[in-house]
Amino acid sequence: MGDLIDLVLLAMLAITALQMIFLKDLFAVVMLFGIYSFLSALIFINLDAVDVAFTEASVGAGISTVLMLGTLALTGRKEKKSSHSSILPLLVVCITGAALIYGTLDMPPFGHPNNPIHEHVAPRYIEESPKEIGLPNMVTSVLASYRGFDTLGETVVVFAALIGVLALLGVRRQEENDVPESGFKAHHVLHVVARFFIPLIILFALYVQFHGDFGPGGGFQAGVIAAAAFILYTLVFGLSRAFAVVGPKFLQALASIGVLLYASVGFFSMYKGGQFLDYSKLATDPIVGQHYGIIIIELGVGITVFAVMLSIFYAFGSQAERSNIQ
Amino acid sequence: MFILDIISSVLLIAGVFFGFSGALGLFKFPDFFTRMHAASVTDSIATILILLGLILQTSFDINTAKLLFILAFLMITSPTASHALAKSARHGGLLTLPETQVKQQERTY
Repeated sequence: MGDLIDLVLLAMLAITALQMIFLKDLFAVVMLFGIYSFLSALIFINLDAVDVAFTEASVGAGISTVLMLGTLALTGRKEKKSSHSSILPLLVVCITGAALIYGTLDMPPFGHPNNPIHEHVAPRYIEESPKEIGLPNMVTSVLASYRGFDTLGETVVVFAALIGVLALLGVRRQEENDVPESGFKAHHVLHVVARFFIPLIILFALYVQFHGDFGPGGGFQAGVIAAAAFILYTLVFGLSRAFAVVGPKFLQALASIGVLLYASVGFFSMYKGGQFLDYSKLATDPIVGQHYGIIIIELGVGITVFAVMLSIFYAFGSQAERSNIQ
Repeated sequence: MFILDIISSVLLIAGVFFGFSGALGLFKFPDFFTRMHAASVTDSIATILILLGLILQTSFDINTAKLLFILAFLMITSPTASHALAKSARHGGLLTLPETQVKQQERTY
């Protein structure tokens, strides 16, 4: 039964991908991107990788769709006709694809217990992490503690994305005489529902943030969900009112605070006599120290992701609003 | 529980039927508003039926509560989304089918 579901989902994935290549309407392509991410999330769930599925659903299907729609609002929704001949790219793609397929022949059989990946580090994590870290959700232990340095790198990448977007676009504060309200002005239903739901979404984000030690979730997902709440607010009530709630300058400070919080945990554990990001030294009991470390760095990740996603949306939104006015 | 299983399967199958008919309507109906009508109305009833069917499959613990929360969430968001979509389309100048027909007739005269 699981195989059947996998096959159907993979077939739908392939159809979606092919459709994306042939469509010229970029708006539809963005929607298909969202569907694609959601289908891969379903495949991850079928593989019992709930954390990855959660990330894929919230980041891939949720926030990146919104951000790509924001980009479309700036650039226009039709694909330009390419004037180059397509023979050379086709050749390159075919050769690369053939090489990749040739490469898969050497891959170990899918899901076989003797595969290298099941013999090297995975058994150690599974056997030792309850003793060393003691969290029910092993994914969080691996992500935040064993591979804490990788996760720091990922957080810095997210931060760097913000710097790139701000360097290219920048958030424009509106002048007083601009058209004051965009958004859905007279949309009472949306106003009421949004007012009711935004606190609940933020509450759910906090739950995901702090429940990440025990179940699926963690900083990345929580940050994205919290950002989604504020994006909803911006869409419904307009950019100027959202700037009054969380200003862009404050968000930029928040984004760097998250990264700094993460890195300072690493330096603090060095100060305590351990290695960089060695949480065992944070408290007298190493397991308690691990718990402190994981909660704090997850908080750092969550703050950075939230601030970066919302800042990027602000950057797109303020540019789009400006071009609408002109 | 045998009876609960039967009720739950009936609910699930009914939900799938409504979801499928909604998808069919989305392709078959003539214009934007009728298509959206098909999708949104069947979407609500399919959600209710499928989630109720799933609730009967749980052993009435925390998962039941979570499914109920999802149900309440979808019951509010999905009609709101349809409403916002229809209103935006209307606001953007999209006409219903009779109105377009009237306009076309005016143009031919």
